[in-house]
Amino acid sequence: MPISVSIPTLLRPLTQDQKRIEVEGATVRELIERMDNQYPGIKQRLLDGGEMHRFVNVYVNDDDIRFVDNLGTVLKDGDNVTILPAVAGG
Amino acid sequence: MLIILSELLDAMLAQACEGHPIETCGVIAGPIGSKRPTRMIPMRNVAQSETFFQFDPQEQLRAWREMEVLGEEPCVIYHSHTQSTGYPSRDDIRLASEPQAHYVILCTAENAGAPVRSFRIVDGKVTEENIQAVAQYPTALIG
Repeated sequence: MPISVSIPTLLRPLTQDQKRIEVEGATVRELIERMDNQYPGIKQRLLDGGEMHRFVNVYVNDDDIRFVDNLGTVLKDGDNVTILPAVAGG
Repeated sequence: MLIILSELLDAMLAQACEGHPIETCGVIAGPIGSKRPTRMIPMRNVAQSETFFQFDPQEQLRAWREMEVLGEEPCVIYHSHTQSTGYPSRDDIRLASEPQAHYVILCTAENAGAPVRSFRIVDGKVTEENIQAVAQYPTALIG
């Protein structure tokens, strides 16, 4: 079963302007790998040295994956994943 | 140019003064494409720092979802500088992710220039813009 992934404005040029895409994956890491197969370049924007980029927030349903199991967070049928660039600065 | 209700400007400044010397932050939503910031959503600065801010990720998710449901977008993204002038820092520029937004900086540092400035930040390029405070937005022309 595919997982619905909400794509932020900044990454939509990589997803042919789609706000939402459907991807399969058993964990967030696998989901990102498969997203990158379909939409090359997306992984590079999300990961930094093999881990989630510090200033990219990923949520599974309502949960920030930092408080679950980061990239190892398990996905199940019907989950919604939301990607949001952190709003931050100095 | 940023055209904005003076009550919203006052509210951003009040939040900045109240939070000083910790940086404060938030977003003002407006109907998509309208260029009219209308709904202010103050955010908790999880960094709780005098030199850095980051929206609380949980509050950010809630706010972004609400905007989607209401057909809104972030018109203004604001934060305060409590130790330096109101010009975007290197991190502000590097992390700017809403090219359509007005990036407003409230400055609460002493002798550091204007208390409110507004910028566009697109692809790492910063452009300052004028701010026009209005008592109400002009009624849209019909037809």
